[in-house]
Amino acid sequence: MTLSIGFTLNGKAVSMEADPAERLLDTLRYRLGLTGTKEGCGEGECGACTVYLDGLPVNSCLVPTYQVRGARVETIEALDPVQLGPFLEQGATQCGACTPGVVMTALWISAHPELLETHTVRELMAGNLCRCTGYDGIVDAVATTIGEVGEGGRGKGEA
Amino acid sequence: MQRREGLAKLTGRERYVDDLPLEGALWGMTVRSPAPRGRVSAVRFRPDVNWSEIVVVDYRDVPTANEILLIERDQPVLAAGYVRHVHEAVLLVAHPSREMARRAARAVDVVVAPEPPALDFRAPPRPEQIQFGRDNVLKRLQIAKGDVEQALARAPVVVEGVYETGAQEHVYLETQGMIAWLENDVLVVKGSMQCPYYVLNALQHALGRDERRVRVIQTPTGGGFGGKEEYPSTIALHAALLALKAGRPVKMVYDRPEDMASTTKRHPSLVRHRTALTTDGRLLAQDIEVVLDGGAYVTLSPVVLSRGIIHAAGPYACDNVRIVGRAMFTNAVPFGAFRGFGAPQTLFALERHMDVIARALGLDPVELRRRNLLRDGQSTATGQVIRDGTDRIAVLERALALSGYREKQHSHAAFNAAQRSQRRGIGLATFYHGAGFTGGGEVHLNSRLQVAGLPDGRVEVLSANIEMGQGTLTVFTQIVADRLGLAPEEVVIGEPDTARVPNSGPTVASRTTMVVGRLIERAADDLRHRVGLDDRARGAAVKDAIMRWHREHRGEPLLGEAVYERPPGIAWDEERYQGDAYAAFAWAAYVAEVEVDLRTCTTRVIDFVAVQEVGKVINPTLARGQVQGGVVQGLGWALMEECKVENGAMINNQLTNYIIPTSDDVPPIRVAFVENPYPHGAQGAKGLGELPIDGPAPAILNAVAAATGADPRAIPLTAERLMEIVERTH
Repeated sequence: MTLSIGFTLNGKAVSMEADPAERLLDTLRYRLGLTGTKEGCGEGECGACTVYLDGLPVNSCLVPTYQVRGARVETIEALDPVQLGPFLEQGATQCGACTPGVVMTALWISAHPELLETHTVRELMAGNLCRCTGYDGIVDAVATTIGEVGEGGRGKGEA
Repeated sequence: MQRREGLAKLTGRERYVDDLPLEGALWGMTVRSPAPRGRVSAVRFRPDVNWSEIVVVDYRDVPTANEILLIERDQPVLAAGYVRHVHEAVLLVAHPSREMARRAARAVDVVVAPEPPALDFRAPPRPEQIQFGRDNVLKRLQIAKGDVEQALARAPVVVEGVYETGAQEHVYLETQGMIAWLENDVLVVKGSMQCPYYVLNALQHALGRDERRVRVIQTPTGGGFGGKEEYPSTIALHAALLALKAGRPVKMVYDRPEDMASTTKRHPSLVRHRTALTTDGRLLAQDIEVVLDGGAYVTLSPVVLSRGIIHAAGPYACDNVRIVGRAMFTNAVPFGAFRGFGAPQTLFALERHMDVIARALGLDPVELRRRNLLRDGQSTATGQVIRDGTDRIAVLERALALSGYREKQHSHAAFNAAQRSQRRGIGLATFYHGAGFTGGGEVHLNSRLQVAGLPDGRVEVLSANIEMGQGTLTVFTQIVADRLGLAPEEVVIGEPDTARVPNSGPTVASRTTMVVGRLIERAADDLRHRVGLDDRARGAAVKDAIMRWHREHRGEPLLGEAVYERPPGIAWDEERYQGDAYAAFAWAAYVAEVEVDLRTCTTRVIDFVAVQEVGKVINPTLARGQVQGGVVQGLGWALMEECKVENGAMINNQLTNYIIPTSDDVPPIRVAFVENPYPHGAQGAKGLGELPIDGPAPAILNAVAAATGADPRAIPLTAERLMEIVERTH
């Protein structure tokens, strides 16, 4: 059995048939060719597959495609690279496998600075695992995009 | 310079192996052993799958040699009627649909007539568990200096200790993956890997193809940490066998549970120390026994053991040293390369033991280290005289100053007296890491590298060394651009493709910047000479000369070349394990501050300072990132990462229950470099990548010991384990 669905993907209407068990992650990667969204764990732990669903970050490995019927989905491919300068400067990417998910969450935080009244950047980024950077570069990049002085430790330990 | 491929990674445009479009490809899956040891008595294909649609490969399909070529040839590509560990590959299946291939793999029952497995590397094997030699010892190694027995017998103080470390999973964020296809008669294998020539050699050996009929290409690699040093040969062979049998391209990409359950891990270890000292804490003798769990095949264990024992006595001066090491066969999934390669295990034991000694002598841990750290002119355990001009005491002092070590010791005493259940403590580790291959390894590798001058005046680096996040593309670009006076965009880094690039050696052992980078400098010089320039020519002069050469030699390649040359004054005796174990060492002092909650026994690292001398730092942002990432990986190994094993199988093979640090589990990692340029490394650089994982575990456990008065001697120090120790202590 397949289901007919339609949704908005990066601003464009998409309609397709989808198996009820099909994951949004696989639909994006293998059927629509949007390979910027990565699979890291397949169970919602690592955040590498983060996309926006109606403006909220979700793990696309945990979302059945039929559930995005009528919704607005945005992926890393839709982001404006102009925003990414601080991520390059601060060394926020190394191997790059977690990076698209990290960027999705990070830019969502910087678009919602009110979250920082109740949470730290480190708490808000804790759903995106990175095995390379030790997180300082990522935390500093987020802090820079929201105009804060880096809390990642830059400068503190240096003569 | 900013990371060269950084924007491609940040925007999701970088194409990893699973991102490559592949027309008409099949998905390959692996059928694995359910048991740790025994004869395969039957392989049953359940009828709920239409087997006529499935490509099936077993050991009889391996054309030439059913061996994964590495140090020994004991590991089969596919089990031939006998299995030695759980998850050993027995059968391969492929189908155009990933879901159908997965279903087919599940529909095969491998029946094993069980035999008694050896599952505990620490216990001497019973006769029925012996499967390697007479005693299951895969490799024995020994280092001897002076007279340990005599020094122990005469010493006023002897302190003993036993230390254990667990397995660690790499958790590269991109799992293992490979694609294979035939292009005319050439087998092309492309995927995520650290060592294209290891994969090429393994394919040639098992498939009986000369190098003109096999080609290996590395795809951008989403993390390696050693996990993509030797394992990719296995998955490459599997994808290749399926592609050859199907006559179609085949793609194999492990999902996370399969990757965690069936690929290599860091070797578990047990290290015994018996140390003789003067009453004021000077080392008289170090007697050290190192035991590693090697798992079910030899793989790289002899070399991991080698690096482990070479580092086991630490950066200290001691006239009498005996280190005996052995790697044990067990029916575990083979353990393999992991950042640090044996050194983190032995340095954990040593640096924890130094604090145990300090407590036994009533001596300050800093003072104990200060009294014993190597001065120039003194020698390591292998008799290597260190005279690199690095002030190792100054490295230690810098770490103490940056961390506020003394002030914190005082403030912790007040804090701990005032708090009911919170305890703070500070701990340190001083250590070193040899850069490049162990012993005569670099000479044996005989790495070769080319720098090509292109017709448009740009230059291209042709090397087999790969980018996996550590910054190869950027640092290589910087090295060429600086050497020839070119702009970074005038430098091309060629794709690691064995049909095009010479064998510049594997991307492992903290060797890429120091050793291969130096080859780049020399090949760039050679290129300059070939176009009639001397070493002073830079920039436009170089570009113009390259373009002129091409106008005069149309269609010919212009290649500068360099082959590894051993730095002068370096000598290693492989038989006696004596001499210069490494051309250069990096030195470090790390300080951790922790807060322990005595109610839950959870440990939180609240500050971390990492000071190191790694020669000249070529790219500060990348170097800092290597240290910060290594420290956090070490923090995970120390406190939370535990491979739970039942009957030889990892049972927490998911990121849900194998816990690695998140951004909220770690403090800012404060990094400082002391620079002392190394004359034989590119731009004065030494190796850096592995060093940062050696220090965190002992520094953190020493801090926990200082905070709680407990005496933890094994990692991971999970809350459960610490609770046991604390309850015993109080």
